[in-house]
Amino acid sequence: MTDFSDAFAAAIGLVLGLDTSLTEIVGLSLRVSLTAVAIAAFIGLPVGAAIALFRFPGRFFFVVATNALMGMPPVVVGLIVYLLLSRAGPFGVFGLLFTPTAMIVAQVLLVTPIIAALTRQVIEDLWIEYEEQMRSLGAGPGRAVPALLWDGRFTLITAILAGFGRASAEVGAVMIVGGNIDHVTRVMTTSIALEVSKGNLALALGLGMILLVLSASINAAAYLIQHNTKRWHA
Amino acid sequence: MTAPLDDTSILPLELTDVSFAAGGNRLIKDVTLRFEPGLKTVMIGPNGAGKSLFLRLCHGLLQPTQGSIRWQQETGADRHQAMVFQRPVMLRRSVAANIDYALKLRQISRRDRGDIIDRVLHQTGLRRLADQPARVLSIGEQQKLALARAWALEPQVLFLDEPTASLDPAAIHSVEEIIAAIHDAGTRIIMTTHDLGQARRIADEVLFINRGRILEAAPADRFFNAPENDLAQAFLRGELLW
Ligand SMILES: Nc1ncnc2c1ncn2[C@@H]1O[C@H](COP(=O)(O)OP(=O)(O)O)[C@@H](O)[C@H]1O
Ligand SMILES: [Mg+2]
Repeated sequence: MTDFSDAFAAAIGLVLGLDTSLTEIVGLSLRVSLTAVAIAAFIGLPVGAAIALFRFPGRFFFVVATNALMGMPPVVVGLIVYLLLSRAGPFGVFGLLFTPTAMIVAQVLLVTPIIAALTRQVIEDLWIEYEEQMRSLGAGPGRAVPALLWDGRFTLITAILAGFGRASAEVGAVMIVGGNIDHVTRVMTTSIALEVSKGNLALALGLGMILLVLSASINAAAYLIQHNTKRWHA
Repeated sequence: MTAPLDDTSILPLELTDVSFAAGGNRLIKDVTLRFEPGLKTVMIGPNGAGKSLFLRLCHGLLQPTQGSIRWQQETGADRHQAMVFQRPVMLRRSVAANIDYALKLRQISRRDRGDIIDRVLHQTGLRRLADQPARVLSIGEQQKLALARAWALEPQVLFLDEPTASLDPAAIHSVEEIIAAIHDAGTRIIMTTHDLGQARRIADEVLFINRGRILEAAPADRFFNAPENDLAQAFLRGELLW
């Protein structure tokens, strides 16, 4: 019990003192997950909208793939990316394994299906409501896409936040493809796993607190957005 | 006032033997009609008669399964029509931005858009609501906004599908005034209603439709004073609701 309260006090000291190894880890975590989510949104929003609005060959494949990938365990995604990037794999020549880039790739694979699937749902529902009015005004599905994305913005931001939540909290994929190398690929979740096994509770707890605050902030933001939507946009 | 009948007019609109079928049912049957420029035509008929389908066919939202629907001037006919639906559909942006969006789709320049928006908001009494999110307006205000948006496009023909169906008497009154003003400004009105009083107030010409068939097409006076069709007579007596 004293161990625990000592560790707790030390953890708060680390957080408030902006301990360098702690800030380095937090910084890398944010850089990896934010980059991954930005790329995932860049791919997932248009892909989701296209699946919602257009009938094209391969559409069925996309629908099944996004749904299947959405529930994929991070370790499996990590394993796939590992195989692709490993020396013998098809992208081995780029030497990306155990770099932050590899971690970003893995998280893009984790998050894109979530954003694409939710976008498809949002855009499909909006199009059912808007279609006749839009066509009457002279906008087919193609020209309506920007307006549909804009009108779905609150739900879509929530989807992106959900993606960021999944990316920043997962440990399996980044552990496998990043390797948890000190000063290189060590992020919050992998450090917590490592430090706990080493018995260094202070750093693990400090990172845990930051992760908790981050996830609480994401949920608060999502709640406020929903709340705001109901109030202003019926 | 009538719309100028020059070579840029898309009217008359000519329907020849038009039928529309869905799910094995013929829902619109053998309609042959001609809409000349100028008047206000009101289509009446019981619920489910095919009024909404008929307007969608005319406006090009649906294609007839038989027959043809032709504007005199086919090229660019789309951009000279507008439609107001039974339930207004507003984008999640401000009142003014909703009109702006419609104008942008017609490639109206930014400078002109501002003037047009001011004008139609003024004409529909919505100016003080210009910056409000459109979706928080009452249904009556949203329907006025739908009219303002349609008016901004300066259509030669405006289709309205039961535009006052879910409105209170005050809102119905102002919507009817706006429709009259749009007509006075030179737009051909083709609308449906289930409200006989409204048909009497607005119509120059009445179309009576029942089960997908147009049973009577007559000038309003004649239709209301001496309808020829038995079912039209029953409908006017309030005996034909479905
Ligand atoms: N897309 C459709 N597919 C099948 N039936 C339809 C469709 N649209 C309308 N109907 C049917 O066609 C008939 C006429 O509908 P509608 O034009 O909406 O009637 P009204 O506007 O006169 O009340 C109704 O029986 C309705 O159920
Ligand atoms: Mg109807």
